[in-house]
Amino acid sequence: MNKTIRFMQGNEVCAEAAIYAGVNFFAGYPITPSTEIAESLALRLPESGGKFIQMEDEISSMCAIVGASLTGNKAMTATSGPGFSLMQEALGYAIMAEIPCVIVNVMRGGPSTGLPTQVGQGDVYQTRYGTHGDHAIITLTASNHADIFRMTIEAFNFAETYRTPVILLLDEVTGHLREKIEIPEPGKIPLVKRLRTAVKAGVDYHPYLPREDGRLPMSDFGDVHRYNVTGLYHDMWGFPTTNPPVVYGLIRHLVDKIENNTPRITRFRKYYTKDADTLFISYGASARSTLHLVENRRKRGENVGLLELQTLWPFPAEIVRDACSKVSLVIVVEMNMGQIAKEVKLAVNNPENVFLANRIDGELITPTDLRNTLRVIQGKGV
Amino acid sequence: MASKDFIRKRFFPHIWCPGCGHGIILNGLVRAVENLGLDRKNIVMVSGIGCSARISGYVDFHSLHTLHGRALAFATGVKLSKPELDVIVPMGDGDALAIGGNHFIHAARRNIEMTAIVMNNRIYGMTGGQFSPLSGYGTMGTTVPYGNIDHDFDVVDLSLSAGATFVARTTTYHVHEMIDLLTKAISHKGFSVLEVLTQCPTYFGRRNRIGDAVQMMETYKTGTTRIGSKKKQENPELIERGIFAQKELPEYCREYDSIIEKAKRK
Amino acid sequence: MEKCRLLFSGSGGQGVITAAILLGEAAVRYESLNAVQSQSYGAEARGGATKSDLIIWDQPIYFPKVNQPNILICLTQAAFDKYIFSIRPGGTLVTDARFVKNPGLVDARKIELPFHDTVMEKIGKPVVLNICLLGGIIRLTGLVRLESVGALIKDRFQPSFHDINLKALDLGYELMDRQEAGG
Repeated sequence: MNKTIRFMQGNEVCAEAAIYAGVNFFAGYPITPSTEIAESLALRLPESGGKFIQMEDEISSMCAIVGASLTGNKAMTATSGPGFSLMQEALGYAIMAEIPCVIVNVMRGGPSTGLPTQVGQGDVYQTRYGTHGDHAIITLTASNHADIFRMTIEAFNFAETYRTPVILLLDEVTGHLREKIEIPEPGKIPLVKRLRTAVKAGVDYHPYLPREDGRLPMSDFGDVHRYNVTGLYHDMWGFPTTNPPVVYGLIRHLVDKIENNTPRITRFRKYYTKDADTLFISYGASARSTLHLVENRRKRGENVGLLELQTLWPFPAEIVRDACSKVSLVIVVEMNMGQIAKEVKLAVNNPENVFLANRIDGELITPTDLRNTLRVIQGKGV
Repeated sequence: MASKDFIRKRFFPHIWCPGCGHGIILNGLVRAVENLGLDRKNIVMVSGIGCSARISGYVDFHSLHTLHGRALAFATGVKLSKPELDVIVPMGDGDALAIGGNHFIHAARRNIEMTAIVMNNRIYGMTGGQFSPLSGYGTMGTTVPYGNIDHDFDVVDLSLSAGATFVARTTTYHVHEMIDLLTKAISHKGFSVLEVLTQCPTYFGRRNRIGDAVQMMETYKTGTTRIGSKKKQENPELIERGIFAQKELPEYCREYDSIIEKAKRK
Repeated sequence: MEKCRLLFSGSGGQGVITAAILLGEAAVRYESLNAVQSQSYGAEARGGATKSDLIIWDQPIYFPKVNQPNILICLTQAAFDKYIFSIRPGGTLVTDARFVKNPGLVDARKIELPFHDTVMEKIGKPVVLNICLLGGIIRLTGLVRLESVGALIKDRFQPSFHDINLKALDLGYELMDRQEAGG
């Protein structure tokens, strides 16, 4: 028996990856289909001295991880649609106050209570636009357990690098699915450590004065530098201000530090795209069904390929435009009303060649669904 | 260290109206910290939104000015992740008990060591004088122009039922008592609640025809009495001040330490 | 190898999901195969008809659901009624003779075995019915070795439960063995 090979649920993989990434604080509230992440971390975190707390709701869970991050910890929460809705206000706070943390949303069918035990991918826009006010955000996805492991670690790494909340957007199918995962040896995947200030005690530390590279070294609560953290527009001391140039500078900084780094934040996988004439674009569980179809069609000699997006926000428009430039047909596969399809249409030169293949009934879209869609678009009928 | 060293002069003048009681609480707070000889490096002030919440910015501790009603939730993350910190959470009445009511009772239930100060001026000041869950029946506010039909919470009763292990009440008139109770609340090993009746002459005093700040403070003198006093028996309308509960029960962070021990032994 | 698509069905509490997980885990950890397992959740998983999908293959598995099982396992009449029409024509249907009466005309090979009665007679504890069934499925499919699941049971279960589960596993294997040997 190979001890590093495990047969686990996607949610458990996410929890294991978080441990690997060095998470030491989790606050959450039970909600299907994400609960296994909380259960796994309730068991695993105290083994290494980490803390787990079940809060009274998702609002307080999100608030608690911000508090824990400020004391110097890698902090995360996990939820699903209704809970994610409740987290939006504090998510905005974490963006404004530039607090590194990770929020996992294991998507189910929505809106509202929707389909608690079934799959959906309807929260793509919510991760981007859910909290009020202009802002930028990082949202990552994964379709299989090896990638859930990798993207969970990326989420922590991006959170620390860009001092921002990062959303890991999984779905009921990948979260609940059990499959093979080989847990990497410790040290094999690089981890980003928190950038802490080198300013000594007694010397002025400016918590919100970005360095030339845009990064802001932090100081832990409990360390020598005492400063103010607020959700109001603030100056380099962290103190509230309405001074227009300072307000302008802060919102530009919050957006630019992410949008200007899109190439560094973009993660994707390409399958058979080099000579593809028809390109599928998908992510999460939908990408599994798509890849199944693509493999089958390739065996029949059809030039189909798949671009699997793993970074959804900031939207990798250049990668998408480039991948679509040489194909005659683009089919976006997702389990919503076309949230990423709209972004793809905005990104490409020929939006009239972009079609949506979706399923919105709580069931995983199947390779047969996709084959039928493809035939209809090709004018061959089902 | 002198109490004035705990003030961030850079951030003055403060935003509070002339006559507001919140400055008296700030004064009491820094004196209590001075009495206790706490290290500024270990103190975190976590506040929500409202007039009261600005208090966290004016003190030279680690300060976390958060969201309306959520101060205790943020504070829970701070405290549990680094239990050696002294966490003080000043809140307004609407902040603590309307939008933040759920967090309030759950923090009390957990008995996590932190000090909740309910700065009760019975009104939403920042937004211009709307009634709060502590305004009380028959009071006036901009959203109760015909008189308030909402009944109020008793902060002390609520805290006791929710499981707070230290519960006390005072007023801005009783400054020495306030400093004493703040000192006890902050040094308590568990979740402590101190309600401080504080005047809002601008909105509550004016709308309810109580008068200016001095007249409002006069009502704290005449309308309150020490807990268990003879005056209370003679006049049940009087509001009691003092310590209503002070007990040692297992504290959340220490309990979690034993969870860690168990998990490590596994 | 052929891709093997199994659907385990029964009622909540019979342990069909556990059986599917053990089989998948043994395939992945001991036989270097790929496996994906999923299951029904929510109210459906608490008492009513419950099911678990399991695919085992030596190649990567992308689409994880079993829409047309080539091996359908039904431990209750309700599960049989619900899932029988999904079976791939020419597939194999495995039922417990006590719970599923008269499977009727199905375009599949039908294997009816007395898992429950055997467990009650030889062990006396219905809780190991799923492991007995698993022993039978291992013999039927040859997907994993019996000792792989045995090792997994020792790894996963409390020591006090090892013996009865290993015994149930052997019983199921033998039942199917007699059936397959033309008994």
